[in-house]
Amino acid sequence: MPRESKDLAAPSEITPTALSDVEQPPASGLNVALSRLHPGLPVALVALGLAAFLPALVQNTYVVSVAMQVEILMCLALGLNFVVGLCGMLDLGFAAFFAIGSYTTGLLSVDSHWPILATVPVAVVASLIGAVFIGTPTLRLRSDYLAVITLGFGEIIQNIVTNLNQTGGPEGISGIAPLSVAGLTINSTAGYFYVFLVLTVLFTWVSYRVRRSRLGRAWLAIREDEDTAHAMGIKVHRFKLYAYMAGSVYGSITGSLYGAAFIAIAPPSFGFSESLLVVMAVAMGGIGSIWGALLGAGVVIASPEIFRQFATARLLVFGFLLVLIMVLRPQGIWPETGLGLERRARSVARSVRGFARPSTRRSGGRAQ
Amino acid sequence: MTALLATESLSLRFGGLDALSGVTLEIPELSLFAVIGPNGAGKTSLFNCLTGFYRPSSGSVTFDGHDITRLPAHQVAALGIRRTFQNVRVFPRLSARENVLIGAHLRASASPWGTVFGTPGMRRRERALADEAQHWLDYVGLGDKANVLAADLAYGVRKRLEVARALIARPRVLLLDEPAAGVSSVERDELADVIQRTWESGVTVVIIEHDVELVMQLAKTVAVLDRGRLLVEGEPEAVRNDERVIEAYLGRRRR
Amino acid sequence: MTWSVVVPDIVAGLFLGAFLALVAVGYSMVYGILRLINFAHGDFYMLAAFVSYSLLAVVTVGTKINWGNVVWVGIVTMIAGGVLAMAVERLVYRPMRRAAVLSVMIAALGVSQVLENGVLNIPGWGSNYLPFPVTPPSTGFNVDGIHYTWTQVVIVVIAVVLITAVWWIVNRTMLGTAMRAVAQDRAAATLMGINTDRIISLVFFIGGALAGAAAVTSSLYYGQINYLEGFSLGLQAFTAAVMGGIGNVAGAAVGGLLLGILESVGTGLFGAQWALLFAFGALVLTLWLRPTGLLGERVAQRV
Repeated sequence: MPRESKDLAAPSEITPTALSDVEQPPASGLNVALSRLHPGLPVALVALGLAAFLPALVQNTYVVSVAMQVEILMCLALGLNFVVGLCGMLDLGFAAFFAIGSYTTGLLSVDSHWPILATVPVAVVASLIGAVFIGTPTLRLRSDYLAVITLGFGEIIQNIVTNLNQTGGPEGISGIAPLSVAGLTINSTAGYFYVFLVLTVLFTWVSYRVRRSRLGRAWLAIREDEDTAHAMGIKVHRFKLYAYMAGSVYGSITGSLYGAAFIAIAPPSFGFSESLLVVMAVAMGGIGSIWGALLGAGVVIASPEIFRQFATARLLVFGFLLVLIMVLRPQGIWPETGLGLERRARSVARSVRGFARPSTRRSGGRAQ
Repeated sequence: MTALLATESLSLRFGGLDALSGVTLEIPELSLFAVIGPNGAGKTSLFNCLTGFYRPSSGSVTFDGHDITRLPAHQVAALGIRRTFQNVRVFPRLSARENVLIGAHLRASASPWGTVFGTPGMRRRERALADEAQHWLDYVGLGDKANVLAADLAYGVRKRLEVARALIARPRVLLLDEPAAGVSSVERDELADVIQRTWESGVTVVIIEHDVELVMQLAKTVAVLDRGRLLVEGEPEAVRNDERVIEAYLGRRRR
Repeated sequence: MTWSVVVPDIVAGLFLGAFLALVAVGYSMVYGILRLINFAHGDFYMLAAFVSYSLLAVVTVGTKINWGNVVWVGIVTMIAGGVLAMAVERLVYRPMRRAAVLSVMIAALGVSQVLENGVLNIPGWGSNYLPFPVTPPSTGFNVDGIHYTWTQVVIVVIAVVLITAVWWIVNRTMLGTAMRAVAQDRAAATLMGINTDRIISLVFFIGGALAGAAAVTSSLYYGQINYLEGFSLGLQAFTAAVMGGIGNVAGAAVGGLLLGILESVGTGLFGAQWALLFAFGALVLTLWLRPTGLLGERVAQRV
C-alpha cells in the first residue's frame, strides 16, 4: 500500500519511470492495439484473408450469396450491438431502420434515378430522424416497455410500407439500380459479397473505436448501473439516444446497399422475424462483444443452411440448437469477458499438476 | 470557513414515513465532516438529496451559494460533487481501470470525429486518461488490479475502487457512504489513510459512518441524525458524550 | 360517424378481447414472477389448440355439437397447456435463472421455434389451416339489431370466471401472497420458507392453463387453427399486458379487453391493414400518459 507524501501529486508530475514500474508494453499504436486484440486478431486476419478469396475458391454462387447474407447480418448485428449489447436496451424492432434505409434508397433510385451512393446519406438522415422521433419519448421507459414500443415501431414501419402505394404496397419496389463506385458498376453476387465485406470491416473498425472511447464507456456504464452512471455525470437519456441513433445508422446504410444488391425489396423482409434474427445474432454470439456479434451472425445464417438436409424439420433443429446454446452458455459463445479459454486452460493445467504431484498438495508437511 | 454544501430545513417524505425532517446543516469547505446516527436515521437519504438522487419534499440544498435542490444527479456530479454508495455500486462487468475511466467521463474527449476515426489527438488524450486512471488505482492501492473485472474483486477492494473512481473526477466534495462497513480492520486502516490523504489534498470530505473509532480518528465535525432529525452537531468528543446521542443509540436509561 | 356504426366492432372486439385477456393474464403472471418476456407463451396457446383439435376430431361424430365432449376436451386441454408450460420452465428457464434476461428471451424464442416447427412436422397437423371439428350453433338472441349467440355468451362467461378465479387466488389467498412475494424478491421469499421453485411452476401452470382455455374457446369461435397463430397472438397479449400494467392480473385483463376492442374498431374504421397501427398508437399513448400502464403500480426505487 503506497504511503506517499501528503501532497497529492498531480498526474502530470508523475515521472515516466513510475509508469514503467507498472507492466506495460511500449506504447506504440501497433503494439497497444495488438496487445488488446490478442485473442482474436490473428484469427480475424486469417478469416479476412480467406473471405477475400472465397468467390474464387468456391465456384458456387449459392455459397457466395449465403456468405453475403452472413455479412449483411453481421453489419446489422454490429449496429444492434450498440443498442442492446453496449447500452443494454432491449430493441425488438431493429428491422425498422433496415427498412428505412432500403426504402429510401429504393424510392430515390427507382423514382428519381439517383445513383445509389448518393442515396445513402439521405437514408442515414431518414433513419436518424426516425430514431430521434421514437427514441426521445420512449428510451426512458423500463426495458420491457421499451421492448414493446420498439417492437411496435418495427411493426408500424412494416405496416406502412406494405400499405402505402408510394412504397409499392405488398409487392414492394423493384428495379433498383446497381451500385456504382468510381465508375465501376457492381452487378454480380460476388461483387456484392465484396461490397458487404468492405462494409463489415468498416463497421467492425468503427465499433471497435467507439467501444474504446468515452461514448462506449458511457454506454457500458448505463448498461451496468444507470443510476450510478448518472452520478458520474453521464447524461443517461442523451447517451441512450446516441446508442439508438448509432444503431439506426448501421441499419440504414446496410439497408441501402441491400436494395442495390437485390434489385427488388418487399415488405416481408422487414418484419419482426427479421428483427429477431438480429437479436438472436447478438445474444447467441455474445452480448456486447464485437466478435460475438460477428460470430452470432455467422451461426444464425449458417445453421439453417447446414440443416437443410433435415428439410421441413430444419428450423426445428435450429430451434433446439438455439435453446441448447442459450441454456448451456447464456452469455453467448464469445461474450465480452472473452471465450474463457484461458481460465479453462489454467484450471485444466492446475488439475493436471495436482494429479502429477499428489504428495506436495495433500500431505502438507510430509515432504519426500 | 464558508459553507460549501448546506441544507436548509430539508425534509423528505416517503408516503407515511418522514425520512428527513427539517434538517439544517452547514458543511464548511475543506472540512472532514461525519454524519452518524442509528440505522434508519436518514443518513443515506440525506446523501441522496444532496446528490440529486432524491428530490426533497421541502427545504433546499445549496452548493457554493447556488441552489441545487432540484438538479438531476448528473448535473450535481458536474458541479464537482462525487459520492460512493453504501452497497458499493461499481460496474461489475467492467475492469477496474474502465470503472475509474468512467469516473472521468466529464473530462474525457467527446469529439465525434475522434471517436469514430481514432485520430492521433484522440488516442493521445485517451492514453493520458488511462495513465491517470492507473495513477488513481495506485493511489488507493489497486495498481496491480487494473485489468481485473470489478465483479471479481473482493468487497473491500471494490470499496477502494469506488473511491478511485470518484477521485479521478477531481471533485470538490466527496461523499462517502459507510466506507468502513463490512471491511477488516486492516482494510479499514487503509481506507482511513486514503480518506485522510484525500482530505489533505484539498477535497471536502463528508462521511456517513457507524464505526465510532474511524469517526473519532478522522472527523473534525460530527452531525448526528436520528429518525430524520438533526440531533446534535459539533466536535467529535463533545458529540460522543452528549446525552441525547447516547439515548438515540442506546435508548433511554431506566432510572 | 354515429355511435351505432362502431358498436358491432366493439362487440366483436369484446370477444377478441376475452381471448387476449386470458392469454395476457398468463403472460403477465409469468413476466411478473420471472421478469421474462416468454415468447413461447403464444405457442403454448397454439399447441393447446392443436391438442384440442385432435381430441375433438377423434370423439366427434356427425355435425351435432356434443357439449359434454367440448367440456372435457376443454379441461384436458387446459391441463395440457399447464403441463407444457411447466415443462418448458423446468427444462429451459429454470437452469437459466441467473442468466441475463436477454439470453432467456432468446431461449424462449428457441422454444417457440421448436413448438411451431414441431407442430409443422407432425403428421396430421402441418402447415395448413385446419378446420375445427366442432362448429358451435348460431342460436342466440338479438339486441339492438345485433345477433349474439349463446356460444359467445358462454365464452365470455368462461373467460370472466377463469380470470376472476385467478385474480382471487393471487390477491386473496396465502398462495397468491407467496406468488407476489416471489415476484418482488425471490431471495427474501426463500428466506421466508417459500418454495420458490414450486411457486414458479404453479404460476407457469396457471398461465398455460389459461392459454389452453383461450385456445379451445377461440378455436370454437373462429373455426380454424394454424401453427403460426400463436406467435402473433402472444405478441398481442404481451402488448395488452403492458398496456394494462404488467405484472398484475386485473391490468392484463383490462389490457386484453381494451386491445381487442381497439383492434376491432380500428379494423372497422380504417381497414384491417391499419388496425395494427391504431392499436400500437393507442399503446404508445397509454404509456405516455401512464408510464406504468393503466392499472400499473408505481414502484418507488431506493438507492
